Amino acid sequence: MTFPRASLGSWALMLPLLVVILAVVSWPLAYTVGLSFTDAGLVASSGNFVGAQNYLSAMSDRGVRAAFYNTAWFTLVSVSLELVLGVLVGLLLNQEFRGRTLLRAMMILPWALPTVVNAILWRLIYNPEYGALNSALLQLGIIDSYQSWLGRPDSAMMAMVVADVWKNFPIVGLICLAALQSVPRDTQAAAIVDGAGPLARFRFVIWPYLAGPLMIALVLRTIEAFKVFDIIWVMTRGGPANSTRTMSILVYQEAFSFQRAGSGASLALTVTLVIMVLAGAYVSIMRRSALRA
Amino acid sequence: MRHLTTTALAGALAWVAAAAEAETALNALFMSQAAYSEADVRAMTEAYMAEHPDVTVNLEFVPYEGLRDKTLLAQGSGGGYDAVLFDVIWPAEYATNNILLDVSDRITPEMESGVLPGAWSTVEYNGARYGMPWILDTKYLFYNRSMLEQAGIEAPPRTWSELSEQAKAIKDAGIVEFPIVWSWAQAEAVICDYTTLLSAFGGKFLDDQGKPAFTTDGGLQALEYMVQTLEEGISNPNSVEYLEEDVRRVFSNGEAAFALNWTYMYNLANAGDDSAVKGQVGVAPAPGVDGVSELSAMNGSMGLGVTATSQHPDEAWDFVAYITSQPIQNDYAELSLPIWSSSYEDPAVTEGREELIAAASKALAVMYPRPTTPAYNELSTLLQVAIQEALLGVSSPADALANAAASSGL
Repeated sequence: MTFPRASLGSWALMLPLLVVILAVVSWPLAYTVGLSFTDAGLVASSGNFVGAQNYLSAMSDRGVRAAFYNTAWFTLVSVSLELVLGVLVGLLLNQEFRGRTLLRAMMILPWALPTVVNAILWRLIYNPEYGALNSALLQLGIIDSYQSWLGRPDSAMMAMVVADVWKNFPIVGLICLAALQSVPRDTQAAAIVDGAGPLARFRFVIWPYLAGPLMIALVLRTIEAFKVFDIIWVMTRGGPANSTRTMSILVYQEAFSFQRAGSGASLALTVTLVIMVLAGAYVSIMRRSALRA
Repeated sequence: MRHLTTTALAGALAWVAAAAEAETALNALFMSQAAYSEADVRAMTEAYMAEHPDVTVNLEFVPYEGLRDKTLLAQGSGGGYDAVLFDVIWPAEYATNNILLDVSDRITPEMESGVLPGAWSTVEYNGARYGMPWILDTKYLFYNRSMLEQAGIEAPPRTWSELSEQAKAIKDAGIVEFPIVWSWAQAEAVICDYTTLLSAFGGKFLDDQGKPAFTTDGGLQALEYMVQTLEEGISNPNSVEYLEEDVRRVFSNGEAAFALNWTYMYNLANAGDDSAVKGQVGVAPAPGVDGVSELSAMNGSMGLGVTATSQHPDEAWDFVAYITSQPIQNDYAELSLPIWSSSYEDPAVTEGREELIAAASKALAVMYPRPTTPAYNELSTLLQVAIQEALLGVSSPADALANAAASSGL
């Protein structure tokens, strides 16, 4: 694709926006990159140049690796669940039945809730003394005594995933619903006439319309999940025994709690880099599937 | 005529001066918590402004975690606050980063002699004072009097091993499943409980050279005790996810016989409307260890200081001095005890809380400090994780503490 050469006039029109982008995006980013090669403190010292030392010591640090693993696990599991649930709910809400509009509207509620409110809500649900989850599981006979879901390393991260999925599957569902509404009815009718079963119809009639929008949902959700901070901070603050400490919590601790702005910046940029690589990969997959379609 | 002009001129000048004075606006950073409550602090400030019409004090309230971050970041960007509330663990870091004004020479002889001697350690670093102590606090042992009675126990425990025995008796009698509840979540709260035990067992955080000393003796025994109470089933296992408010709720619901918590819980559990154990709450200093200590306490106090970037340090100090003054503290003693020693003999302060005052007068005298180091936050975070690893059985107490000491870089 080629663009006509921008005239001086159009550059002049874009100038205010470019200045704003430079001031609020490029400058802080460049400053952070510079900071990541120093041993700067948060308040007192502007730091000395230390080369790639921050990156090298982060790579060999056990805590950083554990946090990276936690983040990757959280992202993989929660985004997968959100996509599967989102598609199923999208398909369901695309059917015609009484109360459909009400259900569609209600589905937005979890997503519209501020993350901190969601975290407090789930902290109450998981409460080991009077939490709704314990009560429900006990009455169903799944557990025989109340459990401390947030107090055990093996269940705490899963508890975070469930809370995150509850909040975020609706947005995936809505994106799917929008995509499903663009599937032509006559194509679907023709597929039924040709004897295609539900799975074949999904794969060959619906999926081509769903793949692109779903990819966008996947990119957005992955980026969000990899940055996860508030939902975990409110519920466990990274505990118990650091089992829910993610990269963003590590960055916060390093830069603000421990006042090491330099190494905090290097960790933050590592997160950014991972997200950029993921986003790049998705975009190229999307381009390829668009060419095929 | 000329006389009149002069008078008018003088009047105008006085008016201008008054107007200039009235423009003194102070920004103060406080914390939203139970004691003193936001409403209390607002009322104290209103009273100050009524006495000083030339000064306006703008109050800002943030949660505990936000307090330090906001203070540091405001300083990094050139100030913004004139007076700030700070925790006892921060003066070292604040002094190193030039956050607070050294107010050593502003402290009057009356303040010097009137304030409890132990309280001053809250605001000191390297021999200088960075504010006034304000919220004097330590962790006390709260107990449910009727549960102890039911189990045939006559007096609250004097040692930690006695606490274990009493808890076992209460558990065996079927009075409550988990008799002791603690705030052992991965947060500063667990360090406060651990510090109390460490001081009881005669431990030390750092040795004279500033090297970690918590890996052996008292430091290790404290953690071993914590783990043991979980293994024996006398500590509530949910403690590993509890903060102070969770402890208060469990204790107030009558689901625990013993709890370690701050002063504020006394009034709320013993007289609060949402408490199921009204009138049954006893309070005592945290126990000691046979042959080592009579009782134990940690310094959980907070101070008020003036920032180094304040444009109005004199007015800000005046405000700090007012809000920490004896009459004000006596008026608001319900949830937080005064820093002034003579208040403890004032019937207006002691009435209705004689037991708390008795516990306080012993405990406040032996408050053990958390490590005084500019890198406190990092050491605390490492210790929180180490303690939790031991509590969850991921690691042995000795290994967990040794690991924290090795990672601390001290």
